Formats: sequence, C-alpha cells, structure tokens
Amino acid sequence: MSRYSVFSLFRHALSHHENWQKVWRNPTPKDVYDVVIVGGGGHGLATAYYLAKEHGITNVAVVEKGYLGGGNTARNTTILRSNYLWDEAAHLFEHSMKLWEGLSQDLNYNVMYSPRGVLNLGHNLQDMRDIERRVNANRLNGIDGEVLNAKQVQEICPLLDCSERARYPVLGASWQARGGVARHDAVAWGFARAADSLGVDLLQQTEVVGIRRHEGAVCGVETNRGFIAAKKVACVTAGSSSLLAKMVGMELPIESHPLQACVSEPIKPILDTVVMSNAVHGYMSQSDKGDLVIGAGIDSYTGYGQRGSFPVIEHTLAAICEMFPDVRRVRMNRAWGGIVDTTPDASPIISKTHIPGLYFNCGWGTGGFKATPGSGNVFAHTVAKDEPHPLAKPFSIDRFHSGHLIDEHGAAGVAH
Amino acid sequence: MLHLFCPYCQELREENEFHYRGQAHIVRPKDPESLSDKEWGDYLFFRNNSKGIHHEMWYHVSGCRRFFNVTRNTVTYEIYETYKIGETPAVTDKEETE
Repeated sequence: MSRYSVFSLFRHALSHHENWQKVWRNPTPKDVYDVVIVGGGGHGLATAYYLAKEHGITNVAVVEKGYLGGGNTARNTTILRSNYLWDEAAHLFEHSMKLWEGLSQDLNYNVMYSPRGVLNLGHNLQDMRDIERRVNANRLNGIDGEVLNAKQVQEICPLLDCSERARYPVLGASWQARGGVARHDAVAWGFARAADSLGVDLLQQTEVVGIRRHEGAVCGVETNRGFIAAKKVACVTAGSSSLLAKMVGMELPIESHPLQACVSEPIKPILDTVVMSNAVHGYMSQSDKGDLVIGAGIDSYTGYGQRGSFPVIEHTLAAICEMFPDVRRVRMNRAWGGIVDTTPDASPIISKTHIPGLYFNCGWGTGGFKATPGSGNVFAHTVAKDEPHPLAKPFSIDRFHSGHLIDEHGAAGVAH
Repeated sequence: MLHLFCPYCQELREENEFHYRGQAHIVRPKDPESLSDKEWGDYLFFRNNSKGIHHEMWYHVSGCRRFFNVTRNTVTYEIYETYKIGETPAVTDKEETE
C-alpha cells in the first residue's frame, strides 16, 4: 500500500492522477478466517483495523451485505464529543475522543477531524442545573467542559438567537471545545484502507444468512457466497443486530427505530461550531462543503424502513427556524433516515455472549459515530482476548439482568 | 405519516394524535416476588424487534385517551388492523405462531 503524502500527490500530478492504486482490494472469500466481522460500517471496519494492528490478528474478513460504510456511517451527522454523564460512558467516549485526535495520522487518511467545539444549550433552569451537573462530572473524569452563560454563548455563536424575545430563550450552555465533527465517509474509507493494507479481507455484497454452530460454539457464517468458517464471529450491524441474534435463537434488548437527518443547499460559512439543544430537539452544524447538517429525532415506533415520519423532521426544523432565524429561507437538499439500534438505557452493548465465539457490538442507538474508533478499539480487544476490554466491561449484555444500567438518556438523547 | 384507525373512536386519525407504547401482548408477571433476575430482565427490557409483522400498543393521547393494539409491518409500515385491548389479532406472523 503506497502512502498518501504531499509527495505522492505531487508525483501523481505528473501523470494526471491516472495511476493511483485502488484504495482496497476486492478479494474472493477464503474458506477459513480467524475472525469474521459481520457489518462493514465504521465500527466493523475499525474493529478489523485494531484486530490487525494491535492484536496481530490479520486473517480477518469483514462481511458486508451492501457496500462499505453505506449504512448508518453514511447517514449520521458526524458529531464528535465525549461529554457523557456517567463514568463508564465518559471513559469509553473519551477513549474514542483521544483516538480521533491522532486518527488521520494513524490511518494515513484524512478523516477531516475538526475540533470546532460543541454547545449543548440550556433553555430553562432545570436544563442549566443538568448542564452544571454534567460538566462537573466531565471535569472530574478529566474531560474538558465549561458552563457558559447566554452572553458567552452569543459570542461563540452569533447566528444563534440568544435574545430575550427568542421563542426558546437561551440561558446558557455547556461547551466542549475538543468536540467537533469528522468526515463520516472518510472514516469508513480510512479504516477500510488501513485494515486492507494489513491483510484484512473486505467482502462487500456478501450477506450473512445464518450463523453455523458446532457443539455449541460458533464455527462460521452462511452467506450468499457460501459458507465461511471462523472460530469467532463478531457482529457489528447496528439496526439489524436483532436479526443476527435471532439466527442463533438469541434475543437482544434492542429496538430498531428510524432516525432522520437532513442537509440544506450549500451556503457560505455561517456556523463554525456545533449547536445542539435537547429541550427543543434540534441540532445543527455546517459541513466544509457549506451544507447545514441538521439532525432530527427517532420515530417513536419501531421500524426497519430507512425513512422517518414527517412530523418528526417538521418538529426539528421548526425548532431550528426559531433558534437560527437567519436560516429560515434556506432550502433543504436532502432528508433521509437510518435504522438505529436503541437500548433501554441509551448505552451500547459491547459484549461476549453465552455462545462461545460469538460477540456483539451494538446498541449505539442515536450516537454511535463519535465512538467509531473507540468502539472498534475496545471491541477488537474483547474479541482477540475473549474477555472484555476494561472500558467495555460495564457494557456487557449481562447488565440488563443484573440491573447495572448506564442511563445516558440525558447525554445521548438528542446529540448524535 | 401513519394513519391509525382508533377502534374506540371509530375514526382514522394522523399519528400525531397517538403515542407509541411498545410491543403488545406482554403479560405482566403474576407473581413478581418469585421472579429471578433473568425473568425480570427479560420482562422489562427484551422485546421482539421483529422485521415484518409486529403487534404493538398505541395510546390515543389526543383523542379518547385509551390504549389499543395495532398490527403493523415494520418494513413497509402498512397497517393491517387495529383492535381493542383484550381482542386477538387476525393477522399474525406464521413463524410467530408456530
């Protein structure tokens, strides 16, 4: 794999950029792998990369029914932050945050990580109490955070209506300066390219239709391209996790809901930070291309339809128009839905199962993108060592029977 | 936008009038004291999450404020039927009943 650098760019310019190497191979499946990862989204590809890089397990296949990074990795709103309330979640997301900081260099691929800061607005006194509590908890966990008043918020974000006549008055906000955005496709492609160069086989258009077991333990997966043997099968399939679990008669505490987002036509730079409001359920950032990226909520009902309900997106856009009156007449270019795997406590499941050799990494719900490197990193450890990474331990599936839930509805509720 | 027929009001109304209340036909434990942690966890947190036919409970919050059940396809969002609490659904998944 040739490295990307300013010199390679220059060299290829001389040949009119016609001789670039393909970014990854398109291999035919081998009969046997050490690990098969089901799901070629960001989390699955990150898992493959860290398995190869940190644990020396390179005989790995990533099996993807569509194309790489074509599911929720392509549909999210690319926001990064680690300001979660509880210790377990804060440590996990902060682990991910630290990986983001060096990810472009690590992968030799520009993931366009942009720490432009994240504001979480407070619109009433209880919001502000919750914000103070969360920021204090963050700081105790070594995560940056500040409580801002309305004037400070207005200085950071002039576009936001912080006046007293606002429909949703802004009393203040929490501010995580290290938060920001990254380019979602580049994250999938970067992990894919780096994993591929370490020997991982990326098998696209390969759908898992069954999980085969031998004497109780997993021995491989049935796919539309035939049987692929593996001692370990790691499932990272977000909204489709329940369907995989059903293949082995397992149930997961997951419900799949459509989650919507939309982008506007590209406009000149007007917003250089991420603004989110839990109370009115809207958040917005501006991509480098100029589109305003707006995230809505999940449909209340379960669904696999990859499209959301109109009242949900209408509700969010109504809130956005009140918060940012200047953008009222901007037109939306696209709106779409993805299927997110929500858990009862809004925290993910990174876990072994009662079936030897079967692992699940799912339940990221509405906020998985920010965790992509961290999730892959701790899940690779869990799969490689057959025991949970210390940061992943609290996120075992057992917690739904032991009662040790990690209730992150406050921090995970809106901000995806 | 879903349109639900409330079996009590006998009217077809838009989804904004209703709240979704999760999977239907979950039986409350008769003897909660004797449940194991496993059984409690299963009762509280584990749901079908089926892809296809799904029986679910809805609440007509802006109407008659009563609960009723809906059989809906979770892929096409087609609504097959709505029926009152206590009634049995006419449309069921073959695998589910086997």
